Amino acid sequence: MAKISIDGIEIDVPADYTLLQACEEAGKEIPRFCFHERLSIAGNCRMCLVEVKGGPPKPTASCAMAVKDLRPGPHGEPPVVLTNSPMVKKAREGVMEFLLINHPLDCPICDQGGECDLQDQAMAYGVDSSRFAENKHAVADKYMGPLIKTAMTRCIHCTRCVRFTAEIAGADDLGAMGRGEDTEITTYLERAMTSELSGCVADICPVGALLPKPQNFRGRPWEFVKTPSVDVMDAVGSAIRVDTRGREVMRILPRVNEAVNEEWISDKTRQIVDGLKRQRLDRAYVRENGRLRAAAWPEAFAAIAAKAKGAAGDRIGAIAGDLVSVEEMFALKALVESLGSANLDCRQDGTKLDPKFGRASYLFNTTIEGIEQATSLLIVGANPRKEAAVLNARIRKRWRQGAFPIALIGEKVDLTCPYDWVGAGADAIADYAGKAQSAGERPMVIVGQAALARPDGAAVLAAVAKAAADLGAIRDGWNGFNVLHTAAARVGGLDVGFTPGEGGRDAIAMTNPGGVDILFNLGADEIDVAPGAFVVYLGSHGDRGAHRADVILPTATYTEMSGLYVNTEGRVQMSNRACFAPGEAREGWAVLRALSAELGKTLPFDSLAELRAKLVAQHPVFATLDDVAPADAGPLASLPAGTLDAAPLRTSVTDFYLTNPIARASAVMAECSALAAGALKQAAE
Amino acid sequence: MSVRRLAKDQPESFEFTPQNKAWLERQIAKYPDGRQASAVIPALWQAQKQNDYWLPRAAIEKVAEELGMPAIRVMEVATFYTMFNLEPVGRYFVQMCGTTPCMLRGSDDIKAVLERRVGPQGKRTADGMFSWLEVECLGACCNAPMVQINDDYYEDLTAENFEKLLDDLAAGRPVKKGSQTGRVSSEPAGGAITTLTEFYGADGTSGPLSGKK
Repeated sequence: MAKISIDGIEIDVPADYTLLQACEEAGKEIPRFCFHERLSIAGNCRMCLVEVKGGPPKPTASCAMAVKDLRPGPHGEPPVVLTNSPMVKKAREGVMEFLLINHPLDCPICDQGGECDLQDQAMAYGVDSSRFAENKHAVADKYMGPLIKTAMTRCIHCTRCVRFTAEIAGADDLGAMGRGEDTEITTYLERAMTSELSGCVADICPVGALLPKPQNFRGRPWEFVKTPSVDVMDAVGSAIRVDTRGREVMRILPRVNEAVNEEWISDKTRQIVDGLKRQRLDRAYVRENGRLRAAAWPEAFAAIAAKAKGAAGDRIGAIAGDLVSVEEMFALKALVESLGSANLDCRQDGTKLDPKFGRASYLFNTTIEGIEQATSLLIVGANPRKEAAVLNARIRKRWRQGAFPIALIGEKVDLTCPYDWVGAGADAIADYAGKAQSAGERPMVIVGQAALARPDGAAVLAAVAKAAADLGAIRDGWNGFNVLHTAAARVGGLDVGFTPGEGGRDAIAMTNPGGVDILFNLGADEIDVAPGAFVVYLGSHGDRGAHRADVILPTATYTEMSGLYVNTEGRVQMSNRACFAPGEAREGWAVLRALSAELGKTLPFDSLAELRAKLVAQHPVFATLDDVAPADAGPLASLPAGTLDAAPLRTSVTDFYLTNPIARASAVMAECSALAAGALKQAAE
Repeated sequence: MSVRRLAKDQPESFEFTPQNKAWLERQIAKYPDGRQASAVIPALWQAQKQNDYWLPRAAIEKVAEELGMPAIRVMEVATFYTMFNLEPVGRYFVQMCGTTPCMLRGSDDIKAVLERRVGPQGKRTADGMFSWLEVECLGACCNAPMVQINDDYYEDLTAENFEKLLDDLAAGRPVKKGSQTGRVSSEPAGGAITTLTEFYGADGTSGPLSGKK
């Protein structure tokens, strides 16, 4: 710790703090453009100038000067920093005047207006006029793909975007060409950006140079109603803010959640916005003579009731999809069980995870924040970059700190950080655990869904758990056994016990020919149901599930309801309603409650609050929001081992941009997907 | 200085010659393992030399591949340094020094010759023989004004002798490198006379006159 006096306030800060951090510690605001807490220091915008005594006798860039670099005074007084002296005021005004020399005064037509760092800081620290009478320069706009619109004349060369792509995203998409005032930020030969986190560059751009292209000229930040929520595009559960205007979701932005997504979100999370509006099921449908016909709610319920009447309990089944909330699954489970069935499954991809093996057997036990403490990593049959892009950024963050060997078993993929490929098949797991010398104090093992969805999935799970134990990854205070989920609903479904009960059939058995007579499909769009069954589809989008349905009951998406979601770590989080569902669509739990009355098995709750009370009473795990309770690692040792298939392990996400019905309805995601596929073809040539 | 872009017409591919490749490997070996990127400037320089003093896109990508760098990082370096030519240059590439000493000694006359004979900066003559660029100090101030043509310096220029120099180069006649007025290296313009003159003070001894008896 070092003493330092900031505007007369004497504080103690760690010696390696920068002056900027020390000033913030003292409660002083320092303007900045190029400095960003999560990026390396560039020191090129000069906006954070302060006056120091005990250092160079000139204005000092506080982001790039450490507290320990300053000398104490002649009598041992702590070094002095002034953030509000006349010199600092003049320095800031001067820097601001320079920054604005070539910055266009087009705020009225700039999408950044209203949430622009340059605008705000020019107001707070600038002067009202410029002495620059010459022409401003103009810079050609660049193509960066379907997600980023550029207006490069506005660029102030802070290089945040370049540092973001190089350091956080690990894609080296952007660079600064040329020099001096001719510097231009561009992708290599104006190719599209390739990172799954590329949308974040628009967030960190302090001016309106990089903007989200799909939101181009759509609205002003002050017109939007902002609703904090959680994301369901993957199982990370990123904190998001849903901005709505009227009934329309305008955009989705990240919220800071240090434990989960820091301040990044993936492109899919950010830009499925148009998917929320397209292909929506806004009224009920009933299939008549092979064709779906729009129907009123009572008609649809009557059609289901007619079918359900007299149907044997074990001929009824239910499958839950990837985007549904815990409440919906809880209500559907209660309904199906009251109809006398144990045919329940939330694992439409056929993974062999089961709540009976204990909660630790299906969670990302290390937690996302815990990755930063890990000393080594083994990945089995997963591609975190595509399956959980934000989590992969955390792995990369850990790797950049050094001494973090990564090994991978399965498909060779680009993780953005180098790794040792130790084998293609599941047999390599035990080999690796036997030979590994340098796993370190806190090793981590991540197993992907594709490895667990194989017929030998249970054996793979046991083999990975055993490898984790052999590597020393499971002990007091550290659980390095991690299951990486891809579906936002999956952990919640397992927690709520949406799995086959006593004598029940699983998803594959239910969807095989002759599986069940009546199938409640709760938004499961990644599974094909064989002909024969009468399918009731509850969902939001006209996707695969709706095409196969005999009755469609329209429900709300995650932005249109409050629901609980459990992320891959087992963190229970709640989404909030940002707008209402279109047309006659209703929240899933309410639809199920209404349907239950028609079927004569009225569910015992009339409001979401009552439902949640019942849910928490049965499953206390849902009582604590936003926190992760460590799961008991004991049962991991007793997972039933089996024989492993020799087939090579695959990864579960083949097309990052089109993994769920909302994304498949989005034109922006379709364009991204086509571009990525094209890029792959280029690479193959 | 202005925005520099890659040339429109680009060759299909670029390969280092075996000699240059071996040379590059020796350069890379100077740096610790994992720091091959440090050799990017020598690598680009050699590529430029091999490719008639300009860097095509293929060469930039080749260097990136050789050094295990993303192409954009090499591109940043190539566009940052103006000594890397991104457009084809003439058979004789004239870099004219226009910094203060040369300017005081008459580089404006040299510039006028270039503008008249070769044309605007950065453009090749129709026959591809010449192109020119005004550059900052090349470090031969005592023999100002001067130009660099390809790898050689030509010093003590006047409009007349420079024009003759360009004529000779165009005609393929041998030319004299270095000073065009015949002085050796950077000795005084009037000849090697320094040691011939009285070295001491006015009284023939060293030291200030005041205080001497």
